[in-house]
Amino acid sequence: MLKSRIIPCLDVNNGRVVKGVKFQHLRDAGSPVELASLYQQQGADELVILDVAATREARLATLQTIEDVRRQLSIPLTVGGGVGSIDDALRLLNAGADKVSINSAAVRNPQLINEMSQRFGAQCTVVAIDAKMDQGVFQVLTRSGTTAETINAIAWAMEVQQRGAGEILLTSFDRDGTRLGYDLPMLEAVTAHCSLPVIASGGANSVAHMVAAFEHGAHAVLAASIFHDGNLTVAEVKRQLAAAGIEVRQ
Amino acid sequence: MKRVQIINTSVANIRSLQAAFDRLHTPWQLTERADQIVSATHVVLPGVGSFAAAADALDRLEIRQAIIDRIELGRPLLCICLGLQLLGESSEESPNARGLAVLPHQIRRFSTAVKVPQLGWNEVRTAAAGPFKTGAAYFANSFRLLEPPTGWGYSETDYDGPFISSIWRDRTLACQFHPELSGAWGQQLLQNWLET
Repeated sequence: MLKSRIIPCLDVNNGRVVKGVKFQHLRDAGSPVELASLYQQQGADELVILDVAATREARLATLQTIEDVRRQLSIPLTVGGGVGSIDDALRLLNAGADKVSINSAAVRNPQLINEMSQRFGAQCTVVAIDAKMDQGVFQVLTRSGTTAETINAIAWAMEVQQRGAGEILLTSFDRDGTRLGYDLPMLEAVTAHCSLPVIASGGANSVAHMVAAFEHGAHAVLAASIFHDGNLTVAEVKRQLAAAGIEVRQ
Repeated sequence: MKRVQIINTSVANIRSLQAAFDRLHTPWQLTERADQIVSATHVVLPGVGSFAAAADALDRLEIRQAIIDRIELGRPLLCICLGLQLLGESSEESPNARGLAVLPHQIRRFSTAVKVPQLGWNEVRTAAAGPFKTGAAYFANSFRLLEPPTGWGYSETDYDGPFISSIWRDRTLACQFHPELSGAWGQQLLQNWLET
């Protein structure tokens, strides 16, 4: 039986971890290498690094960050943010990523999902879907939440599966950084229509939020602030999840 | 002097594996040469790409016999993920491609009863005499070996029913999971293998 996974997320800009609310108002949250090592030591099952860099220089710095993190990391590392081509993905893999997450580029050019899956395998191909509720439908957003697409998130999840993605990173724009808990209706709708493993993201502030996500179909939960702020360690989260009957790697 | 030769079968990613050997202070190199594959102190057949692409690489590099000879000679060989599957005769992934046929088995796809690929941590159960202890390992696979091969030790894992998550004989160890991504448990497994 597969374990439910706990995945700390580092939003990285120019070699530093940052954290924002609704994808905006970024503030410094520490060194990526130190945080990655700390979370691994605490029992994190994987790590996600999202490059939120706005400039080319900052983006190059992220490659160095990935190399530095990889050196110490003996758990899987997913990297995303600004990946627009097979070459971008290859650069991240060569720096030490195990999986590459694509988002806006996949919406612009869905064929990129097929190409990545054929070249690197489904297990390496993560599609990040950012979405929010709009007039009764879950609408896909791109470009860090700034652009609303005329795409239904559920239909998109089904399409990325059919194109060969291996995993979906599902972030609720409505919940990101709000600490109100994961978007359970969105999670339930996507996991009901798509058989890929789904990582729930956006809004976690307690173990109860994570339990609810697992009970609504999540295979893994992503969290940032909850860990960066030191309110809870990964180890403590896992103890509480196990006590709540969720099977985790101890 | 120990030196790990990692067989370079494909363009895909083996940085994590290299980083794991770096952490164990063990030098590694990529190799495409049959003579090195036979003579090196330690050899890894890593798991990347599709079954057919890897089988093609074995043909292109003309290293099939070298790997088989190494297994017969009982020299330390670690096969990871697809590396294990390549020991079989064939795979449902690529029905026209030939494996190394060290095992008389076909590698089979998980059924539609489970999410495919299997992606995440799962329990690896071994008998007391195995080369590592029971523990949780990281898997990323859509295909697997279903029956234990005669004459080999093996571990089992449950996903779509039990499957064979690793096998070992003499100093060959083949894992469906990724020890290089399996935390401290995986690091210990690599350390044990390096000491064989």
